[in-house]
Amino acid sequence: MSIDWNHFTPLTATSGGVLIGIAAAMLVLLNGRIAGISGVLSGLLRPVDGDSAWRIAFVLGLVGAPLVYLLFAALPKPHIDTGHGALILAGLLVGVGTSYGSGCTSGHGVCGLSRLSPRSLVATVAFMGAGFVTVFVTRHLLGI
Amino acid sequence: MMAFASLLAGLVFGLGLIVSGMANPAKVLGFLDLGGNWDPSLAFVMAGAIAVGAVAFTVANRRSRSMLGAEMRLPSARHLDRRLILGSMLFGIGWGVAGFCPGPALVSLGMGEVKALVFVAAMLVGMGVFELFERRKSVPGPHAA
Repeated sequence: MSIDWNHFTPLTATSGGVLIGIAAAMLVLLNGRIAGISGVLSGLLRPVDGDSAWRIAFVLGLVGAPLVYLLFAALPKPHIDTGHGALILAGLLVGVGTSYGSGCTSGHGVCGLSRLSPRSLVATVAFMGAGFVTVFVTRHLLGI
Repeated sequence: MMAFASLLAGLVFGLGLIVSGMANPAKVLGFLDLGGNWDPSLAFVMAGAIAVGAVAFTVANRRSRSMLGAEMRLPSARHLDRRLILGSMLFGIGWGVAGFCPGPALVSLGMGEVKALVFVAAMLVGMGVFELFERRKSVPGPHAA
């Protein structure tokens, strides 16, 4: 392993992280809900009366964030090398996996670890471990 | 009012993902690439988020209702099971394939990225298929974390 000093951005990473923490704090302190994106989304697939508006609003906020960012600065362009077939496979795995495992990077990784939840710690170790192995296999063994 | 608070929270969350660079799958894959040129940024994003989150959830745990008067819905499950571990591993494999997890994918979608749309559509199909299976079993699933 070597550190990629050209791409390592500790300051913006930490300040962006603080914003994410503030967002999770807002949702739990104001609305009593966990800011877990997969949970927010999957809750819309089994709608319960009076429990959908806040979910839709949260998703709209996420999707609308680039527009608001544009008011202050030029948007950084995401770099997506993955082809369409692999994107579909990845999407299906993320959809099924986060539903089966009850959470994703935000729900388990941020909110769960903030709550010192043992379940979320195990989930985070499992998905990060699987992510490390997957990238190792695709980049270094298969050379994709 | 709750919906408005949610909209603001989603907006701040999305801005955090853009500022931190996590809306860019290439940067996320740079973190997951331990065997290559490693970019530790994602760990700093989580540290920043958890530092604030830990304070917020300590306060939240002491409240019986939210500041806007809503019921506090914090996960109560404590058992470790196959669903949690296997599901998280499947998620991690998908995350490693494209560098997208649900939040950043939605933000990239808002940037007008067609590839993010492809990913999000497949992700919703995956969630929907899971939901259908659960309903067929007619056993209520645990609350998502």
